[in-house]
Amino acid sequence: MTQYLLEIAYLIASITFIIGLKMMSNPKKARQGNLIAAAGMTIAIIGTIFLYTKEGLTSRDNIKMILIFGGIAAGTIIGWLTAKKVQMTKMPELVSMFNGMGGACAALIGLMEFHHSVGQTSTMVTVLAGMIIGSVSFSGSIIAYLKLNGAMAKPIRLPKYNIINTVVMFALFAFAAYVVMSGSDSSTLLYLLFASALFYGILFVIPIGGADMPVVISLLNSFTGLAAAFGGFLYDNKVMLTGGILVGSAGTLLTIVMCKAMNRSLFSVIFGSFGSSAAAADGADVAGSIKDISTTDVAVLMNYSKRVVIVPGYGLAVAQAQHIIHELELLLEERGVEVKYAIHPVAGRMPGHMNVLLAESNVDYGKMVEMEEINSEFEQTDVVLVVGANDVVNPAAKTDPSSPIYGMPILDVEKAKHIIVNKRSMSAGYAGIENLLFYNPKTSMFFGDAKKALTDLVAELKTM
Amino acid sequence: MEQILSFISTHREMIYFIILAVFVGVEVIGHVPSVLHTPLMSGANAIHGVVVVGAIIVMLDTDVTNYISLTLGTIAVILGTLNVVGGFVVTDRMLDMFKKK
Repeated sequence: MTQYLLEIAYLIASITFIIGLKMMSNPKKARQGNLIAAAGMTIAIIGTIFLYTKEGLTSRDNIKMILIFGGIAAGTIIGWLTAKKVQMTKMPELVSMFNGMGGACAALIGLMEFHHSVGQTSTMVTVLAGMIIGSVSFSGSIIAYLKLNGAMAKPIRLPKYNIINTVVMFALFAFAAYVVMSGSDSSTLLYLLFASALFYGILFVIPIGGADMPVVISLLNSFTGLAAAFGGFLYDNKVMLTGGILVGSAGTLLTIVMCKAMNRSLFSVIFGSFGSSAAAADGADVAGSIKDISTTDVAVLMNYSKRVVIVPGYGLAVAQAQHIIHELELLLEERGVEVKYAIHPVAGRMPGHMNVLLAESNVDYGKMVEMEEINSEFEQTDVVLVVGANDVVNPAAKTDPSSPIYGMPILDVEKAKHIIVNKRSMSAGYAGIENLLFYNPKTSMFFGDAKKALTDLVAELKTM
Repeated sequence: MEQILSFISTHREMIYFIILAVFVGVEVIGHVPSVLHTPLMSGANAIHGVVVVGAIIVMLDTDVTNYISLTLGTIAVILGTLNVVGGFVVTDRMLDMFKKK
């Protein structure tokens, strides 16, 4: 009887995952979708605790129940508080961290199931696959977290790292195959394999540049999904299978979509060329000079414009200037200026990240215009204000085949009548390359910290 | 060879299930506007936290005197729950912002 109830609980949970993900593709229903999936998850977890039974093995001693509920309570409190407290700019780091936790959970399950699976080849393959993928996802996510956090900003490349990584990967497979074939139940071998998988996860992520980190996180996200699916296969557990595979396939698709937005292939992200061509970028001819503009001039220029397009970048979010930019937008609208935001698909640190950041400061959803749509409007735009963005407006992506970002679709801000670029200094963007836009005769540089510069600008506008 | 074939045959339903689920996953998020990519990634991230179910199963099936398993299991439950709760809460926070006018 309980077995049937559990199957039904799993069925319900699986359906909520599918419906939840589906609803998340619609801005109006997305929040509800998330809650539905969360409710399904709760049903699956509670159902497992009380209804799961395997003849001769399962027992519900007090100590176990205390540990399970204690673990769930601890995880809930920590997870809840972290998620509530984190700043929206830190979102990608957080997703990466939570992903790593899921990976670690899968790895631990593998470690514990190893001894029960000795001698059964197919079970052992499943156990080890889940353990290895979970471990890679865990250590990889931690490195991605550190990179986004700025603690490990520069990609670290061993000489011939591609070859080393590939060799280590095959060695890992061979090692795992050996463990399966030998039928050994040696804990030493198991922990060696575990350590090797963790090591490979580090090697996998460490050479990848910061700009590609969102793609990596998305990929690791689908890895963890896969690890969960192996767990489902192991326990013949349908809800783990559905959840894991859904995330595995959806995550892979999302990874590909992100790569497309940056016009990079997944292959080039992993075996990348970013950074290695920095020398070529340095050598690019920088013709012309830079023009400064004062706060008053920016205010005058904007005040008498008809149409203004704001190009927000991650620098805006780092400076915590998303609220003041909204104020600027409202002020300009009051004066009859039409204001829109041009959102590049990879603005921020993840696709859609910039929308989340702007939405946080109450910017109207309808004012955020995606790249394809806004690109045709730049010609009729009087002023483009670029705040804390760099690579997404770099014309080198179109003109310079030697540039590492060559081929990435960019916002055609050059077509506008005036371009004002707010930047702290002349330093290069995330991809570490020079931007010729700054030397364009139509471009004026509005130097200063985004928050301070925009606050001054708003104050100046109010006096007009 | 025969081993592989018999493996496929014994897990036939499972294999069908997996293939269909892969297509459902792709289909379900196929038309997501790019503005929702970050919340979606975060939501998907929460869903793979379902791995915590596996951690609970290990705990229930383990011998009560096996302290190593109990310790590792408890850690796995904590980490898995972190993934689930943190993932859903943070996704909710992101999506909440889109609702405000």
